[in-house]
Amino acid sequence: MDIPALTIDQVQEGLRARRFSSVELTMAALQFAREENPKTNAYLTFSEERALRTARRVDEQLARGEDPGLLAGVPIAVKDVIVTKGVRTTCGSKLLANYVPPYDATAVERLEAAGGVIIGKTNCDEFAMGSSNENSAFGPVRNPHALDRVPGGSSGGSAAAVAQGTAVVALGSDTGGSIRQPASFCGVVGVTPTYGRVSRYGLTAFASSLDHIGPFGRNVRDAALLLNVIAGRDPLDSTSAEAPVPDYLAHLDGDIKGLKLGLPHEYLKDLTSETGDLISKAIDQLKRLGCEVRDISLPATDYAIACYYVIATAEASSNLARYDGVRYTFRAASSESLSDMYRKTRGEGFGAECKRRIMLGTYVLSAGYYDAYYLKAQKVRALIARDFTNAFAEVDAIVAPVSPFPAFKIGEKIDDPMAMYLSDIYTITGDLAGIPCMSVPCGKTAEGLPVGLQILAKHFDEARMFRLADAFERAGGAQN
Amino acid sequence: MKITAEQVRYVADLANLHLTEDEVRKFQADLDEILVHFDRLNEVDTSRSDAMAQVLYEAEETATLRPDRPRPGLGTDLALANAPVAGAGYFKVPEVIKR
Repeated sequence: MDIPALTIDQVQEGLRARRFSSVELTMAALQFAREENPKTNAYLTFSEERALRTARRVDEQLARGEDPGLLAGVPIAVKDVIVTKGVRTTCGSKLLANYVPPYDATAVERLEAAGGVIIGKTNCDEFAMGSSNENSAFGPVRNPHALDRVPGGSSGGSAAAVAQGTAVVALGSDTGGSIRQPASFCGVVGVTPTYGRVSRYGLTAFASSLDHIGPFGRNVRDAALLLNVIAGRDPLDSTSAEAPVPDYLAHLDGDIKGLKLGLPHEYLKDLTSETGDLISKAIDQLKRLGCEVRDISLPATDYAIACYYVIATAEASSNLARYDGVRYTFRAASSESLSDMYRKTRGEGFGAECKRRIMLGTYVLSAGYYDAYYLKAQKVRALIARDFTNAFAEVDAIVAPVSPFPAFKIGEKIDDPMAMYLSDIYTITGDLAGIPCMSVPCGKTAEGLPVGLQILAKHFDEARMFRLADAFERAGGAQN
Repeated sequence: MKITAEQVRYVADLANLHLTEDEVRKFQADLDEILVHFDRLNEVDTSRSDAMAQVLYEAEETATLRPDRPRPGLGTDLALANAPVAGAGYFKVPEVIKR
């Protein structure tokens, strides 16, 4: 078996034809991941015991002639902000270096119930705050396509693991682009579902009105299948939606003739020439496939960065208040009083980016500034969401770049937080509106760096988004 | 200058966050640049816009409710398992009130 190129269908076929057992595949996948990991630092923890337990169950079910589920035996990586019972979950933070959760996230429970084998937990920016994976307390992740470059962030480890072939699919989380941007940088498929489509129970909270869990895959079909397994109402997350989950795979029929696509001119202004060229070629490809592409405008885009960083940091400052040295493993060594203990624990435990965001968020929520920043940003958010509602009255889906540029060098932007924030410009709008969006590989630059095409759709219209992405993928992306 | 070193210390205090003097200087500069960028929100006319506190879509009114039935919790041992210091079934913290 060719581990780094495996698809979910190949795993299913191989298991059912008895070419390998789930335990054999799991051992081989773990060995391969362990050998490859020093190149990228994509994994922080391997969960061998848990993986083999699931694999044995899958083999027993197969032996009894039972159906072990849609993900039977599939090696899966899970971002380390999603809790796994009994398997260390660090959130990329020194604060949680030894934290072993007492329960499973709903998404984790569902993928294991479908036979998915969780082989490890992936590196990420601390508490999912970052666009390069350089904010991890456990060292940066390297981009498998160019080891001196970032994989994107914050789900950099999950994107790198899927690109490197050390997992077939992976779970990530997206608050402002943390799935789509690393998917774009690493040349894999990354999906941010509709807000509420996937339960966040067990996702460590960063900005609750923006947080999503979503899948990574090496192709659209695998990502769509993983979403099918994890999507749907969960009584343990009051923000999870009742809306029925369609069979996404049934929509991957290649028929996109006559689809009306919008190309927002605000998203084409600041692209590097190579990214711009690839996006133009992608548009040409979509036209050849029978789509009608028209220029549209999303006028509030210019205010999206400011809007997002006010709301996201405000919510983060509140959500991160719980890390105070009482419940979550890390406590500063010596303190004279309770408040001294809180301050020292947080001062020593959080990395620079988390502190910066806690400071910003506390500032914008503090007396005298709430209306000027937080309330104002919420009103601007409504305008950004309205732009999309207006656009979707005219078009079926929107196509755009994911990032203005391909993967940058490790260290290139880390000393300039504002430049790092500005790099999120094309991904944060989808999160602010809560609509489904994804990155699908478009092509590569002359240097071999992947570039992703972003597709955005109406609330709960993932099926149409996948159909478009799948047809584009089958046609060979932009460069065919 | 949008924010002074004094304000940075005040905000750190509100956030229960100990900062070194180097961090105070660094964050003053960083926050200043970011807050200047935030000012562009004032260019937007929001007089006819309601604050959006959450993502809104068509849904049944009861969509967020679940039956109010008791279910077992984690239990003391598991809940305390990640405590830096625990004892007698409690989280232990430095002395709050002098006896």
